[in-house]
Amino acid sequence: MKVEVHTEGLRRTKWHECALRFFLGGAITVIAGLIAKKFGPAMGGLFLAFPAIFPASATLVEKHEREKKEEKGLQGMERGKQAAAQDAVGAAMGSLGLLVFAVLVWLLLPAYKAVWVLIGAGIAWLMASCGIWALRQSRRRIFRDFRRDWGPARN
Amino acid sequence: MIDIVLRFVIGGLFVTAFAVIGDLFKPKTFAGLFGAAPSVALATLALTIGKEGKPFAALEARSMLAGAAALFLYSLVVSRLTMRLRWPAMRATLAALVVWFGTAYGLWWACFR
Repeated sequence: MKVEVHTEGLRRTKWHECALRFFLGGAITVIAGLIAKKFGPAMGGLFLAFPAIFPASATLVEKHEREKKEEKGLQGMERGKQAAAQDAVGAAMGSLGLLVFAVLVWLLLPAYKAVWVLIGAGIAWLMASCGIWALRQSRRRIFRDFRRDWGPARN
Repeated sequence: MIDIVLRFVIGGLFVTAFAVIGDLFKPKTFAGLFGAAPSVALATLALTIGKEGKPFAALEARSMLAGAAALFLYSLVVSRLTMRLRWPAMRATLAALVVWFGTAYGLWWACFR
């Protein structure tokens, strides 16, 4: 499956939905800072990977997919849930990239210039996440081809 | 107070930017990668390095490993709840927060306390 860029998703996103993401993102950044201040960096660091906007994002994905189907006169409920589930699978792969990000910052930050470590770790997150996604896609394709070529014959 | 406002604005901007980038892509599994982008981490670490220094931020990044592992499990649970049990996204994502807190705290207690 090819990765495509579509602006339709942006057109469906309303201003109040962006504002909600902004508010939740800002709130969790403040909370992470306050927790680190009160309980120390070891506890505060946990919240750097807190799924702050995930509930809002997954709900929006579900809503947008449902609306798209309903505009065509189809039942959109199931498709909406499926899209939210796929979004969550993507987030699982992204969180493996987040592990790479955290390891790099933890190990390299004391020794190197902060700005380069953060930029490098950000790029590493993107490459690791995309790599894991591509690997999953190719594995699925291999299994699908294997089932087609070697699986039970269909009448 | 200024520090809190600055954190709020920078954190909000980073998170919104990554969410908007995620909205641009198809298929949904690829767009979902951006749901686990290091948006809060980048904003927080950049501000922490400036205020508390690099060793403090490095310790935060070490604990982030537990948070990221918890996020991995959380995302898988959300996917299962919506696909297999047909839960609405809001219910699944909120209920699964228990998994995130449990895993993150458990790993933190076992490894980084």
